[in-house]
Amino acid sequence: MVRGARTIALAAGILFLFVYPRFAGAFPVLLLTEIVIFALFALSFNLLFGYTGLLSFGHAAFFGLGGYAMALLVQHYQLSMIPALAVSMLVAGLGAAIIGFFCIRRDEIYFAMLTLGFGMMVFTLVHQWRSLTGGSDGITGFEVPLLDLVVKKFSLFSPWAFYYFALVVCLLFTLFLWRITHSPFGLILRSMRENAERVSFIGIDIKFYRWIAFTLAGLVAGVAGGLFAMYDRMASPTMVHWTMSAKPVLMAILGGTRVFLGPALGALIFYLLEHFITQYTQSWMIFLGAILVPIVIFFPQGVLGTLISWGRRLKGREDHGG
Amino acid sequence: METLLINILNGLCYGMLLFIISMGLTIIFGVMGVLNFAHGSFYMLGAYLCLWLAPHIPGFWLALVVAPLLVGLLGALSEVALLRPLYGRDVSFQLLLTFGVLLILDDAVKLIWGPGYHSMEAPRVLAGTVPILGSTYPVYSLFIALLGPIIAGVLWFFFHRTAWGKMIRAAAMDREMASAIGINVPLLFTAVFFFGTFLAGMAGVLAAPLRAVGPAMGDNIIIAAFIVVVVGGLGSFLGAFVGAIILGLVEALGVQLVPQLQMALPYILLALILLVRPRGLFGRE
Repeated sequence: MVRGARTIALAAGILFLFVYPRFAGAFPVLLLTEIVIFALFALSFNLLFGYTGLLSFGHAAFFGLGGYAMALLVQHYQLSMIPALAVSMLVAGLGAAIIGFFCIRRDEIYFAMLTLGFGMMVFTLVHQWRSLTGGSDGITGFEVPLLDLVVKKFSLFSPWAFYYFALVVCLLFTLFLWRITHSPFGLILRSMRENAERVSFIGIDIKFYRWIAFTLAGLVAGVAGGLFAMYDRMASPTMVHWTMSAKPVLMAILGGTRVFLGPALGALIFYLLEHFITQYTQSWMIFLGAILVPIVIFFPQGVLGTLISWGRRLKGREDHGG
Repeated sequence: METLLINILNGLCYGMLLFIISMGLTIIFGVMGVLNFAHGSFYMLGAYLCLWLAPHIPGFWLALVVAPLLVGLLGALSEVALLRPLYGRDVSFQLLLTFGVLLILDDAVKLIWGPGYHSMEAPRVLAGTVPILGSTYPVYSLFIALLGPIIAGVLWFFFHRTAWGKMIRAAAMDREMASAIGINVPLLFTAVFFFGTFLAGMAGVLAAPLRAVGPAMGDNIIIAAFIVVVVGGLGSFLGAFVGAIILGLVEALGVQLVPQLQMALPYILLALILLVRPRGLFGRE
């Protein structure tokens, strides 16, 4: 019953994502674009946190690397959308491979601190390297490139066109992440989360697996960052700051870190809450904190995780009752 | 040469401020295993309370006592109400909870005192400057640089010569054993959280006349304090002292020697130390 309900909910969700924007105004479509991009960002973070057990406080580094690479490629080399996004992804992945090489040597709080440190180093780099990155102003004034599908070129200028492009890219990479987490590789990641020592006793090189997971997470975060820079028409240092790294952490916790789509739902909740609360007050953070605290204390599985476990319990009761 | 001396003094002054904050952070971590993300916000709260109290009660010196007490009480309250349910769980949850507290405190401060920056005069006794090698230096900064070692001495005495200090160290070494020999560990945890946030609040009060009091001051200092305790060794008293001096000097001298890299230097220091000596300079394995 739970499985059936889940399939229906998933199908309804995807249908909604494709159909609703056709009838919606520009503002909801823009909001939805941001949600979809951040959902992917949060999912990539959760490959490290929920699946590998590594809490990264510097994931924005790769989001930002992707964003800056994208903006630079579009501005200076006039690449079209897909090649630019692909190169940005590789830049972020390379950055993650280098930074990850150092960070995965430690775990728990030390890992969080190392990622924070390296993330802020990248922040300083983009903030100080004025000639390349524009310093605190960031990079602006570029046009959203065409989507070149060989047979036909599409403009992504309108919010709707860009939304559908972002949606398809994000769904593809979500599928990619799902495939990873449900492979033997994903199983090893999960077992390292439960007990890294035992995994190393059966002859698995945990550092290597952590490194691969870190690199993949950075790669996907780079795609999200590249999309976000195009959506925002800007790459700015805020994309790299540690407060940006905190966003996927919050989204993942809100939605649930032990369920694959938890962080995506978390991104949706995060933006809807932000949208409604900022209509009434500027102090959105105080509400976010006031929501986060009880979730951490009472619902450590997050919203989706809690819903699913309730569903399971309900099913268990039905089975027993005959 | 004069600039160098002035920068060293600046570094020591900043370092001592960092030491007082980091000491609170490292005590809380050492005893309770909680990395308190909201520590910078408690520091900020201390500064704001000082700003608010100083005109109402006779001045800075009373605020130096009252504001940290209030901050500490708030800290103790949040430990009892929020952190206590989380002790059995993964450390990430405690980190996230304190992050939630940070979000609440940061916005609450903006709601109460507004988003602008405030400045505060140094108390009259410590106003003005002294001549040093041909240039002048503010008395208040010298006062902070000298106060740091005094506070370090008092804390050392507290931890090594008093019953409460010894109990705290015992609980830091082995929680279960401490509980078995009759130490009331839950009460001790609350006391430690009170004490740690008290120190953060005190650093905030001391910082108020020195730096601009504004909503972002906590977010900036917490990262520096994290770096100090990780570099010095999480939970280490001596580590916090040495780490704070190193970071203070690195930041102050970086301005003069490598201005381009100055912002990145603390993080480079952090990464280097963690890679070479993962438990920090004075951390226990």
